[in-house]
Amino acid sequence: MSVQLFTPSVTGGTRVISDRARRRSRGLAGRGWLRLVSPVVLIGIWQLLSVTGVLPPSRLASPVSVAHTAYNLVVVNSPAYGTLQGSLLVSSERWGIGFSLGVVIAVILAVLGGLSRIGEYALDPVMNALRSVPLLGLLPLFIVWFGIGDLPKDLIVLLGALFPMYINTFAGIRSVDPKLGELGQVLGLSRRELVWHVILPGALPQALTGLRLSVIASLLALVVGEQINANAGLGFMMNQAETFLANNVIVVALIVYALLGVIADSIVRFIERKALAWRQEFTL
Amino acid sequence: MNETAAQTDDVQGAATARQRREAAATAAADESDVVAASVRGLTKRFGARAVLDDLDLDIKAGEFVALIGRSGSGKSTLLRALAGLDHDVSGELAVTKPVAVAFQEPRLVPWKRVLDNVTLGLRDANPKQVAVAALEEVGLTERASAWPLTLSGGEAQRVSLARALVRRPALLLLDEPFSSLDALTRISMHRLVLRLWERHKPAVLLVTHDVDEALALADRVLVLGDGRIAHSSAIDAARPRDRDHPALTALRLRLLSELGVPAAESAS
Repeated sequence: MSVQLFTPSVTGGTRVISDRARRRSRGLAGRGWLRLVSPVVLIGIWQLLSVTGVLPPSRLASPVSVAHTAYNLVVVNSPAYGTLQGSLLVSSERWGIGFSLGVVIAVILAVLGGLSRIGEYALDPVMNALRSVPLLGLLPLFIVWFGIGDLPKDLIVLLGALFPMYINTFAGIRSVDPKLGELGQVLGLSRRELVWHVILPGALPQALTGLRLSVIASLLALVVGEQINANAGLGFMMNQAETFLANNVIVVALIVYALLGVIADSIVRFIERKALAWRQEFTL
Repeated sequence: MNETAAQTDDVQGAATARQRREAAATAAADESDVVAASVRGLTKRFGARAVLDDLDLDIKAGEFVALIGRSGSGKSTLLRALAGLDHDVSGELAVTKPVAVAFQEPRLVPWKRVLDNVTLGLRDANPKQVAVAALEEVGLTERASAWPLTLSGGEAQRVSLARALVRRPALLLLDEPFSSLDALTRISMHRLVLRLWERHKPAVLLVTHDVDEALALADRVLVLGDGRIAHSSAIDAARPRDRDHPALTALRLRLLSELGVPAAESAS
């Protein structure tokens, strides 16, 4: 999987940092381009290995050749692959539908399960059991049930997004400091106010961590789901390329998947920064 | 008196309401004064051990009471029962509402700005205005829009006091609110609490393990031991009090010995 794994740096408690550390981090924050240095160096090494023949084109095409392939895929509507942007659109649509439905359903279930014992008993065992089913193993069953259209693919993406979001939102709700619950009691908050002002905002940090994990898991589900019985999309493009032994097309598709993941992750991180402004000063 | 009775709260429910009113009426008649809190036969068990054992306590309206005791003596348990946070107690408990609590940790809601912490749950026609006034009283007007995590310990505790104050409590429960502050901040917090108390005159129950704090602030100091009020001393000295006031010095030794710390040991 080409999507970069990450360590959720936000799950820990607050951390008080010294003025110097804060200034240092602020200094780096203004230089976001520094994050580009290591990928660029890596691509440089890759090109070097290709040019010197250490990496034969039959294994992995050079970055320049891959870029050229990508350019061709964009400008030429080939009968074998269609266009890159066309495939991207199809994949994005599948992912968008599955991911957003998965997240919405997960939040609803987590709130129902997190806020009441009855809800927990009704939902949590089922969710935990389903979570243990290998997601990608469900795909053949979905195809039997729902045919080879978009539905089984949307569903597999939905399930990919569902479980990390559910688990983290549920845990977030349950990990809200009970002392704040007591506070709500002495302040005379109604249950509704308690949920709205204390419990849900308190669960938000972990729910957003769940959202980031959902992005990754649903992309993974998308890649696999699209490679079986698809007739459009990035996965279809990769499958075709496999038939034609066109490994640079495969690399292009992988890079597009990776970019999708990175973009989605930075959107979630942006939301995190805005929604969790109350602790911004305390995280690096 | 009727008004007090009507506003009282009882952990045992309606069944004992009549009894409770009688008890409150008796206490009030005895002392010809309004009670902010009245406790009769309060018992709290953790397994076989009774932390509070048939405890009686009255707090008059506007009275500043300090409750001291060794750790584990049940001070906080008593306060939590008065705050309505512990329903697993037996006995009678009548409290004049509204009751406000300031906890040892300020318990500010971290995702609400200071002002919103003060107005949280406040039923008032103009909550914002009341909260701004309260923040002014504790000297934090300029931090109204700050996030709680950016406050110092003393500032956070002042917000907590402001949040308690805006509820116009008849009974203010303070659960060791100054124990995690540095010595200098603690002194200024003592002054602030006295000023607020003199202006608003709620009944105060201050739970503390600091004998000097109790001596500096309270009208009456209670020592909790063996699950009951083991000792009670009134303090008449005018405030602000000199730490070396002879009456206070004598009382300090007395209280320390009540707490099981003999004079020789306490000299250090």
